Amino acid sequence: MSQMTIHLKIWRQEGPDTKGAFENHTLDTVNEHMSFLEMLDVLNEELILAGNEPFEFDYDCREGICGSCNLVINGRAHGPKRLTAACQLHMRNFKDGDSIVIEPARAAAFPVIKDLVVDRSAFDRIIAAGGYITVRTGSAPEANSIPVELEDSTFSFDYAACIGCGACVAACPNSSASLFTAAKLSHLNRLPQGEPEREKRVVAMVEQMEKEGFGDCSNYGECEAVCPKGISIASIAEMRRNYIKATIAG
Amino acid sequence: MKLDAKIPSGPLEEKWSKHINDVKLVSPNNKRKMHVIVVGTGLAGASASASLAELGYKVSTFCIQDSGRRAHSIAAQGGINAAKNYQNDGDSVYRLFYDTIKGGDYRSREANVYRLAHLSNNIIDQAVSQGVPFAREYGGYLANRSFGGAQVSRTFYARGQTGQQLLMGAYQSMMKMVNEGKIEYYTRHEMMDVVVIDGVARGIITRDLVTGELVRHSADAVILATGGYGNVFYLSTNAKNSNVTATWRAHKRGAAFANPSFVQVHPTCIPVSGDYQSKLTLMSESLRNDGRVWVPRKAGDDRPPNQIPDEERYYYLEERYPSFGNLVPRDVASRNAKQVTDEGLGVGSTGLAVYLDFRDAIARDGKDVISAKYGNLFDMYENISGENPYEVPMRIYPAVHYTMGGLWVDYNLMTTVPGLFALGEANFSDHGANRLGASALMQGLADGYFVIPFTVGDYLAEAGVSTVDTSHDAFASVEKEVQERIDKILGVKGDRTVVDFHRTLGRIVWDNIGITRNEKDLKKAITEIQALREEFWQNVKVPGKATNYNKNLEFAHRVADFFELAELMAYDALDRGESCGCHLREEFQTPEGEAIRNDKDYAYVSAWEFKDLNGKLETELHKEKLEFEFVEMKQRSYK
Repeated sequence: MSQMTIHLKIWRQEGPDTKGAFENHTLDTVNEHMSFLEMLDVLNEELILAGNEPFEFDYDCREGICGSCNLVINGRAHGPKRLTAACQLHMRNFKDGDSIVIEPARAAAFPVIKDLVVDRSAFDRIIAAGGYITVRTGSAPEANSIPVELEDSTFSFDYAACIGCGACVAACPNSSASLFTAAKLSHLNRLPQGEPEREKRVVAMVEQMEKEGFGDCSNYGECEAVCPKGISIASIAEMRRNYIKATIAG
Repeated sequence: MKLDAKIPSGPLEEKWSKHINDVKLVSPNNKRKMHVIVVGTGLAGASASASLAELGYKVSTFCIQDSGRRAHSIAAQGGINAAKNYQNDGDSVYRLFYDTIKGGDYRSREANVYRLAHLSNNIIDQAVSQGVPFAREYGGYLANRSFGGAQVSRTFYARGQTGQQLLMGAYQSMMKMVNEGKIEYYTRHEMMDVVVIDGVARGIITRDLVTGELVRHSADAVILATGGYGNVFYLSTNAKNSNVTATWRAHKRGAAFANPSFVQVHPTCIPVSGDYQSKLTLMSESLRNDGRVWVPRKAGDDRPPNQIPDEERYYYLEERYPSFGNLVPRDVASRNAKQVTDEGLGVGSTGLAVYLDFRDAIARDGKDVISAKYGNLFDMYENISGENPYEVPMRIYPAVHYTMGGLWVDYNLMTTVPGLFALGEANFSDHGANRLGASALMQGLADGYFVIPFTVGDYLAEAGVSTVDTSHDAFASVEKEVQERIDKILGVKGDRTVVDFHRTLGRIVWDNIGITRNEKDLKKAITEIQALREEFWQNVKVPGKATNYNKNLEFAHRVADFFELAELMAYDALDRGESCGCHLREEFQTPEGEAIRNDKDYAYVSAWEFKDLNGKLETELHKEKLEFEFVEMKQRSYK
């Protein structure tokens, strides 16, 4: 098994109110089967043993489904591999001697907590504003009494696949959360169950998104390019249409 | 300690409805005054939070991740069982109950399992109404598939993301109640201890993982929905943050821990590639429908697999189990993989893997057919291993996946500490010695949506309104203990990292309390665990400080608890002088390696009471005898 040398330039920041800076480190024992996060684990173990502080970064499932990890790698959210979250990126996508820059997912609405960890609670508040179908526990009708056309069901599912990682925000020159918000709207609005609250939902979520300090969408399309789940920006157009319809109709 | 399962009397199918009629109700006026704490936001925690808030209770919900949506329920792939009988193939509540109790090898309670099967249909209704996009047929109605060897198609699924989609449904319902001000929602907060006053759970101490601040929260009831403890093995399919801390701290405050040695190992995971390995990834066991499992006949045969001729390949499952072959149940497949690698026949750089070969299936059906069935799994495998499974056999190995053991609870899901409840994987209640596929999601949601709203009300109606202030001495004293422990861990300033200790502990647990167990190794493991735990407290090196975000400090606490749990697992495995479900004691098997269950002496739930920890864990075993009134206990055979 061949070992690689990798040069790392990693963002270090003590807290939200302190100034951060890049730090340089070189790892000589990187192996192609390591995941990107395992490579960082190895670095952190070396740092701890040398009496230094490790770099903090968010992670949990390491299977690309929980949405915790959100590193910006060489300027690209989740790194070079398409449709792949950072935790599922393996070092065989890099080569011996490479230099890699690792930064947090930067956005005004995502303040840095420490190093590469950012506060994405704004996403929770966007969902809380309207990203649900109101149904009390126990009041649901028999499941097959609500048939859903296969086409609608598939459409809805494609947007339900969002993992809430925030790569779309990190990639957007305007730091817009439009793709995240629109994905939830497209998931719920297309289903018959979601129909009664459709207008109320779009207004509440869009307004919460603006309140959180995310920027507007100017159709750069960077969000779609980095989305690990391949969410389409077609949802953003639909969100705008529905928002205008809902607000003009009053 | 006295165990009373509080199972309602009467015929099996009427127990739950009778119980609902009998439970006491809390008046709407009083619900507003009552405060319930929910720890954990997976399927059980999120569904309980939403449902209790809808009822009018004041709810506070806590999770360790940055959002409730990250909980590990999200990673479940396969599906969720329900007895809808939409396929008209003869399924029923009774059949789902029977399969689950038999699958658990007769080490779970009939009444609980029947209730689970009964509630399964309500879960599907609830999830569909929330917009969970289950697979559908062309006509727009819900689709099902057969799963885990079941003879009926009762599994509802959402591509490979069933857990994610169900969790989003529960999470969104919870966030709605957060928006209405009915839930106080705390993210990046870890429960450090339970506060018990006059023998009753009255609150918790949490640590804000961003600022390090310890916070006191008082309540009328505390619900733990904090998942399983598979990460005691260090390497498992669990998420990295999954831990035993909440349930273990509750255990040390008086909650009995049941069946801790019942751990499910999944046979088709991607093997370890090196020391840096941080977790294991599961691949659907459907792969065994077409893949053939083999190892070279000769130890040390390091030829590439494609150059090993058929007569020099050992298709061990096909040879040993001619009628089931590669489709033997999870535990049998896992056990045999361990046996052949123990004999030195393992493959790959570590020798801890066996081949899963699609060569013959591709030759028979063509690459397109295999790709249509397993394309996404093949891609996932290639992404992680760097090898193309269409060209070379996959390498697979078993990995810890789910823990059936957990806090002992009665029929009302209450632990042995009044006012303290445990839901989902955190309790022990429904899966016996082995969990069937597509049953974990079912149990988490049944507990959270449909059981706890009634049973917590019953408890609170009895307890009445009685506010406890966090200025009470008990809160101050527990908080002080938590602070002292944090200071102690940071004060060691030793030479070995937390990960290093955790990895070493995991290896001991895997080797001795893993797929197979025996008395000699279990006793050896106890000594090793005790010694390593002593060293941990003398020599662990935790960087940073307690007043800001410090993941190593979080992990140090969790690993410290895993040490204590590991010792209890060994005692439990030692006590159980039989083989049942996932627990195989080498002393209790037939010459052919079949498990020998002993219903006469071991048809009980082991419930361990914490006594003390002084170099060794002092613990007392209590037995809840399992009565089987409605089903007959049978032996499994796959020959």
